[in-house]
Amino acid sequence: MMGYENQGFEEAHLYASKEEMASLVLNEDPSPPSNGSKSFPHDPLSSSPPFVEIPTDDTDPLHPPSANQVLPSHSSINSILEPPSYADAIFRSFDSDYVASPEVNSQDQSLSALPSFSSDYIKICVSDPQKEQEQSGSLVPGGSYYFTYLITTFTNLPEFNGAEFNVRRRFRDVVTLSDRISESYRGYFIPIRPDKSVVESQVMQQNEFVEQRRIALEKYLGRLAVHPVLKRSEELRVFLTVSGKMPLARTTDVASRMLDGAVRLPKQLFGGESVVGGAAEVSEVALPAKGGRDLLRIFRELKQSVVNDWGATKPPVIEEDKEFLEKKEKLQDLEQQISNVSQQAESLVKNHHDMGETMGQLGLAFVKLTKFESEEAIYDSQKACAADMKNVATAAVKASRLYRELNAQTVKHLEKLHEYLGVMLAVNNAFSDRTSALLTVQTLKSELSSLNSRIEKLEAASSKIFGGDRSRIRKIEELRETVRVTEEAKNCAVREYERIKENNKNELERLDKERQDDFLSMLKGFVVNQAGYAEKMANTWETVAEETSGYVK
Amino acid sequence: MNALQRSGSGSMAQSPRSSTSQAPYLTVSVTDPAKMGNGVQAYISYKVITKTNFPEYQGPEKIVIRRYSDFVWLRDRLFERYKGIFIPPLPEKSTVEKFRFSAEFIEMRRQALDVFVNRIASHHELQQSEDLRTFLLEDEQTMERERSQETGIFKKKPADFMQIFKDVQSRVSDVVLGKEKPVEESNPEYEKQKNYIFQLEDHLAEAQKHAYRLVKRHRELGQSLSDFGKAVKLLGTCEGNSLGKAFSELGAKSELLSIKLQREAHHLLMRFEEPLKDYVRAVQSIKATIAERANAFRHHCELAETIKFKEIDLNKLRLTRSEKLADAEREYEQLKADGKESKRKFETIVKLMNEEIARFQEQKTIDMGVVFHEFAEGQAHLAKSIAEAWRSLLPKLEACSSSLETPDA
Repeated sequence: MMGYENQGFEEAHLYASKEEMASLVLNEDPSPPSNGSKSFPHDPLSSSPPFVEIPTDDTDPLHPPSANQVLPSHSSINSILEPPSYADAIFRSFDSDYVASPEVNSQDQSLSALPSFSSDYIKICVSDPQKEQEQSGSLVPGGSYYFTYLITTFTNLPEFNGAEFNVRRRFRDVVTLSDRISESYRGYFIPIRPDKSVVESQVMQQNEFVEQRRIALEKYLGRLAVHPVLKRSEELRVFLTVSGKMPLARTTDVASRMLDGAVRLPKQLFGGESVVGGAAEVSEVALPAKGGRDLLRIFRELKQSVVNDWGATKPPVIEEDKEFLEKKEKLQDLEQQISNVSQQAESLVKNHHDMGETMGQLGLAFVKLTKFESEEAIYDSQKACAADMKNVATAAVKASRLYRELNAQTVKHLEKLHEYLGVMLAVNNAFSDRTSALLTVQTLKSELSSLNSRIEKLEAASSKIFGGDRSRIRKIEELRETVRVTEEAKNCAVREYERIKENNKNELERLDKERQDDFLSMLKGFVVNQAGYAEKMANTWETVAEETSGYVK
Repeated sequence: MNALQRSGSGSMAQSPRSSTSQAPYLTVSVTDPAKMGNGVQAYISYKVITKTNFPEYQGPEKIVIRRYSDFVWLRDRLFERYKGIFIPPLPEKSTVEKFRFSAEFIEMRRQALDVFVNRIASHHELQQSEDLRTFLLEDEQTMERERSQETGIFKKKPADFMQIFKDVQSRVSDVVLGKEKPVEESNPEYEKQKNYIFQLEDHLAEAQKHAYRLVKRHRELGQSLSDFGKAVKLLGTCEGNSLGKAFSELGAKSELLSIKLQREAHHLLMRFEEPLKDYVRAVQSIKATIAERANAFRHHCELAETIKFKEIDLNKLRLTRSEKLADAEREYEQLKADGKESKRKFETIVKLMNEEIARFQEQKTIDMGVVFHEFAEGQAHLAKSIAEAWRSLLPKLEACSSSLETPDA
């Protein structure tokens, strides 16, 4: 009677096998569930045929909680409606690189076109949160506690030397991991780690909070695992595989980025980018003794002078790379636009939601009318009217459900936009890395030039005294030594800067490519989804139009 | 023509003096609303065009200018004269919106007035009414005179339905408060019908409420689609190249759909929500007739009481051979005649109501059927356009991805 057996529509019909659907309706004639799980798209778009899936548990429950809001549970009203949807399949648009779950999937989500990555496999699951007591003597009597999470990794990357790993980590460890990666991989677009969000934890129930955190951690680690460079990082590997206490030491937060850059120099001096196993304490690395310490002091003083500056701004970096500046501006603009679209998309979802709700309420009102007219109907015309109302009611309730399903899918598609807002943050960080590296270079350069001019002055003064000025000469010697060290440091800084620039460039290319792919697939998914549900709604209403066509002959 | 007109309207009455061989017809249209006057005195006038072959109308077509209060006059007159018949309802007399006179409000009112007149014109009894002829044919000055006379003669404004309801309701509360039991028919079938009418109003009102909200939702969604489209287009210009184009096209489609949604919102308002509201009013009009019937019944009962007492008096007078006897007998006869008349009136109302209820149900089924049909068609059409619009993007999106896969020059 429903008429959705009509051909020519791009839908597959499936058993809607959920019990909830069945419980919704009690009626005499269950329409025979239409068989078959084939989709038959009539336009030859191979990459996005509408697939239909049997609802799994992680999708929104098809009907019950919300359905119970729409329809009161007295059976008499339920008996008015026909069985809603043996053939009322959940429609999901399915594009090749889109998986409807927030879990990390095994494939690189956006580089499906590149064959070179298809052999890599790393999947990370976060589960089983457990409460543990704080071991070290805490000031608070009774002890505080924290949560640990089980991190399970499946991989075939050779560096791992194994296929499966299980470790327990707490959130603090994740923060450490994130910090260490940020230090070692400057210039890369590093995924942003989940917030510490202390405030929220006090507002929410603990269970909710822990679950939210678990999901966020899984997402975060998944993003790391998908990044072509970071997935191979030592830091990540250690984090994922080494059992027991977290082996990555916490970064000793030395100073602002400027100083960080300088502190890193000695490391760079001796080659090797990511040295795991200890914060690079400058003092530990073999440095030309005095000059090195002087260098450090110089930088501290420089930093101090900057801080003392009332404006409290860092000295301006003269970025000469026009192309970079253009690109940066473009990306800022892009970020703004993505944010706008994201907002409007949210609003769109809300409006669809409201429409669905009102449609449902209208359906309900007609259900009641139907019941009312049928009870003790005196005239035949009343019975006919009741029958018409029933059709309208059924269609309206169905349409209401369709809006809800549509929205659940739309939200998943448009999540991509939110993801990219996060990516923009990572991009900003990477650009900051570059800026601070450039600042380091420029600082060192100006330092060098001032050192040299001091030497010149001293030499000029000293040359006036016949036989030389021993104290001045000694001073000059010291200064020359400082110049030598500073020169090396400057070269290091320049190398670092160039490295970061290169990272930026590669990452930008990767971002552009991935973004195009991601957005394109998002658009496709969105469009197919909207179209599919609109078609279903058209069917529903066409049936009613058919059934009432007698009135307009 | 309004969809709420019954097809083949006006052809019910067979005029015996009809000289034409054609079937009799009487159709009216209310059109061309025009704002007249200024400020507080402003009002809307409508062109009322009558097409008929009824002989009394002296001509196939007539055009007159009428305003809202003229329609009210007609309704009041019919209500007084045709007790027992469900007089078609009028749109509300608005005090606030009147000053704003939005285009939508004017259109809603015009439609309701058109429906009103046509319902009268297609009712086999009402279409014969002299008042209807006056309304349809007389010039404006005559109309104005008629209107001003009305307030003098009929003190109780039957248009004031609220007052009637209050009478009915106060009677109920009297019973609750233990006051004198009101005189009411003890007709169980009629009781059921009354209950039905009262409940029907509630149900219809609820449906209308949600229909109105649905109109709003369409408007809101339309606005949202427009905003979304704009934002997406901006993103498109930012992205550039083929992806940017894809975004731009998507944004354009979204804006297009926004327009369709606004159109459907208007369509829903005029063809779904307003007819429902109209039926709520129609049921209220039935309630007014119910009140009239109650009045007639009470009147008849009171008279019967009075007659009984008069009889007793009369017999007393007969026994005492009073000279008042003659007068009393005359009065008594008069009362009996009145009693007969009131009984006749009451029975007429009952008979008419029975016919009217059947007619009402039939008409409701047809009218609602049309409304539902148009509602479903509108929704189906909208959904199809939406699907088409989105699907039309797919080839372009495909083209984009293939251009992305090939390395750029």
